[in-house]
Amino acid sequence: MRNRGLGFKLILFTLSGTTAVFLSAFLYFYMSAKDVVKRYVVRAAQHLTHATAYQIESMLRGVEKVPTNYAALLSAGNYEAEDIATLPERMVSANPEIYGAAVAFEPGAMTAGNHYFAPYCYRKADGCLANVMLGHESYHYFTMDWYQIPKELNRAAWTEPYYDEGGGNMIMASYSVPFYKERQGEKRFQGVVGTDIALFGLQEIVSSIRLYKSGYAFLISRNGVFITHPDSSLIMTNSIFSIADEENSSLLRSIGKDMIRGGEQMVALQSGLLLTSKCLLYYAPLSSIGWSLGIVVSEDELYESVHQLGRAVILIGLSGVFLMTIIVMVIARHITKPLKDLSATTVEIARGNLNAALPDIHRDDEIGILARSFEEMRLALKEYIKNLTATTAAKERIESELKIARNIQMSFLPKAFPPLPGKKSMEIAARLEPAREIGGDLYDYSLIDRNHLFFAVGDVSDKGIPAALFMAVTKTLLKGIAETGMDPSEILRRCNVELCGENDSMMFVTVFCAILDLRTGRLKYSNAGHEHPIIIRRGALPEYLQVPDGFFLGVEEESRYQTMETQLRPGDKLIVYTDGVTEAMNAAGELYSHANLMKTILSCSSLSVEEIAAEILGSVKQYSSGVSQADDITVLAVSLTGT
Amino acid sequence: MKTIAIAVVVLFTLAALGNVNADQGPIQFSFVPQWIPQAQFAGYYVAFEKGFYAKHGLDVKVLRGGPERPSAEWLKTADSGLATMFLSTAISERAKGTRLVNIGQILSKSSQLLIAKKSSGISSWRDINGKKAGLWGAELSIMPMALFRRYGLQVNVIPQTSTVNLFLRGGVDVVSAMWYNEYHTILSAGVEPEDLVVFHLSDLGFNVPEDGIYCLESTYNKDPAACCRFVKASLEGWRYAFEHEKEALDIVMKYVNEAKIATNRQHQKWMLEHMREVIDLPESGGGPAVLKEEDYLAVASELMVSGLIDNIPAFSDFSKNCDAGNEK
Repeated sequence: MRNRGLGFKLILFTLSGTTAVFLSAFLYFYMSAKDVVKRYVVRAAQHLTHATAYQIESMLRGVEKVPTNYAALLSAGNYEAEDIATLPERMVSANPEIYGAAVAFEPGAMTAGNHYFAPYCYRKADGCLANVMLGHESYHYFTMDWYQIPKELNRAAWTEPYYDEGGGNMIMASYSVPFYKERQGEKRFQGVVGTDIALFGLQEIVSSIRLYKSGYAFLISRNGVFITHPDSSLIMTNSIFSIADEENSSLLRSIGKDMIRGGEQMVALQSGLLLTSKCLLYYAPLSSIGWSLGIVVSEDELYESVHQLGRAVILIGLSGVFLMTIIVMVIARHITKPLKDLSATTVEIARGNLNAALPDIHRDDEIGILARSFEEMRLALKEYIKNLTATTAAKERIESELKIARNIQMSFLPKAFPPLPGKKSMEIAARLEPAREIGGDLYDYSLIDRNHLFFAVGDVSDKGIPAALFMAVTKTLLKGIAETGMDPSEILRRCNVELCGENDSMMFVTVFCAILDLRTGRLKYSNAGHEHPIIIRRGALPEYLQVPDGFFLGVEEESRYQTMETQLRPGDKLIVYTDGVTEAMNAAGELYSHANLMKTILSCSSLSVEEIAAEILGSVKQYSSGVSQADDITVLAVSLTGT
Repeated sequence: MKTIAIAVVVLFTLAALGNVNADQGPIQFSFVPQWIPQAQFAGYYVAFEKGFYAKHGLDVKVLRGGPERPSAEWLKTADSGLATMFLSTAISERAKGTRLVNIGQILSKSSQLLIAKKSSGISSWRDINGKKAGLWGAELSIMPMALFRRYGLQVNVIPQTSTVNLFLRGGVDVVSAMWYNEYHTILSAGVEPEDLVVFHLSDLGFNVPEDGIYCLESTYNKDPAACCRFVKASLEGWRYAFEHEKEALDIVMKYVNEAKIATNRQHQKWMLEHMREVIDLPESGGGPAVLKEEDYLAVASELMVSGLIDNIPAFSDFSKNCDAGNEK
């Protein structure tokens, strides 16, 4: 993920964000829609159930009125058998919804000695009416439900539905009203007025109810028996309780009980009532007859439109996400393509190829600005490198020239004392350790004549080429003037005058110069602002040589110098040096100092001058190891060895 | 004269041929259960459908029973007729002169119940005193009436026919029921068992056998072995039905549907399961179940007391014991 490209991240974050928003919105929509649909269906089912129940009950109430009126009539007055015999036909013919009617009397109640008296009129299959008398040895109507129930309950009652006697498929139900006779203040049961109705009309009403594809209505009797149901094999054979038993559903059984008790509500079933999926059941009672009407809707179908809509929304959403993916990809590509090109080029530039052409990005956005900045940077870098190359070349040339100059400068200095024929009376050693940068130290020694040794050590104030030239001039002057055989002070004075004359750059030089008489050991010397040399007298500790004051050369034309003398005995050694020794620095920035110099000289005072010079240089180098040398270091040591 | 002689010879020959046919071909019976098709008769339907009768060399025609074809009436007219009947009904018919005989007592115990709703204040059989009770007519009422008589219960008896609706509506406090039938009908109308009080007449000392197989004495005498083979095959049918409940129910439902009986499989299942409790199948061999003399006498004397019969037919005339070697 961390290694994925910008485009990938852009797509991932955009899409996951969009998808999350879409899904939440979709879920909310889906749940709400289901809720709305369910509420609507509950209302619709309620309305439908009530409307159907009302329609059925109106019909039943119409039927109920007929026997009720006749029973009231029979209870009120006297009647003859002949009147009674015509009653059923009058009832049937006047009420098309009545299939059959009977006026059934208790044994002997109508005509003494006549066990059965029950005229019955019914519609035949061809629609004609037929009159019969009910009751014979194998048909004791007294024990039939239609007779017995109202009798025993002392009120009118509907029977359970039953198949008509003809054995056809017609389901009937009877409504019977008891009638009484008052005798000596006692109400005595006389019989019932019964009417049969065929239930097909009612079945048709219920069967025609359709909700969605497989939603249906059903009617159950007081005993829970199906009177109508789309599965006709259940009708009159199964009850809601036998189905509950078969499906082993205690819920359905309790629903059934509530239904036959006259309950009304909406219940959800996981399955059942012959539906294999979740369904909703709304039921309401037909109060007058004690039956219950139920409407079943499959939840799948109920939510079918919601599901369809949901699928469409999902499809739109997915297409949107797909489209968005493409758009984001294009945008990402639009952004990352130039960046990729740019980064490829910058890799090339990083490798050092500043000629690598940046991609042509003609845009005014951030990418364009970045690309232009890169281009400017590349050009600036190129220019810089070009300059750097030139500068480096120049510097290298200068350095090389300086090196040459340095070599030339060093070649001025005497490398070794030319062998003096027969003069073994003194030793001289000089070392100049040049700094990396060209410096201005100088030393010189030479025999003026057979018996006099001239030597000098100087330090030009500045560094670089001017200092080197100034040093060369000084050395040449010193040597030239010294050869005329003058005193050291006169040599310095003349040299000063010469140097001042052409010294526009106001450079100056400190110089210690001396002339040693090799026969006598007499040393004449003068000093122009130079470090005090150290003298090691044989058998004594090293000490600073007393030098006359004198201003350094090249500044004041009128400067005067003095010559001092001292006697050197064999074994005495004089050490002249420049401030490159005492001012050498260590890594901590501390100076080598005169004290260290003195200590070093003390430790090697008995050695030869050559060795002493080497020791001093070695000590200084060790002291300032790791630090680049800032100044020339010069040591010149002279010793009188005796004749 | 010659002609007559030839005719006589021919007749004898034909008769002889007829005898040969009777010996060699399957013996024909018509069988009627005492009521409409239901699992109460599962064993006979299964025996027929699974070919057990044919296996025993019987060509049985199973007819539909019901109120239109009362067993006893039908036996009187049928040729080679067999039928099931309540013991009490059969005794009463015999006492009235119908010469029928018991060739197998299939139901050895009584399934008859009196049921009351707890809500009617009845918790023991004594509480039936002073209540309205629905009783079936004639022979089916003798045991409940004997109960009432024995314990001096004053009961308002309401005649009951084929439904329990009057009881369900509260028109009677007590209803007559068969354990395998009406009891379940009441449960299937949404009444919970715990709301009911159930009195088994067998528990109250009135345990009498119920369904048995009967035929006319003449039918039996014609071929006792065949009659006994019918009983044996029927018991095999019962055994098979109990062992293959689903298949047996399929067969029962076939008969039920043909007769357009308003019932359902669950009810028939209940019925079959409860028939198992009242049918004692001999442990092996499927031999016929035999009517015990004491049961016979108990029922017959109750019939006498009730005034339904005026004489008790001899047990030996009434019961033909297939176990006693008549089978073969």
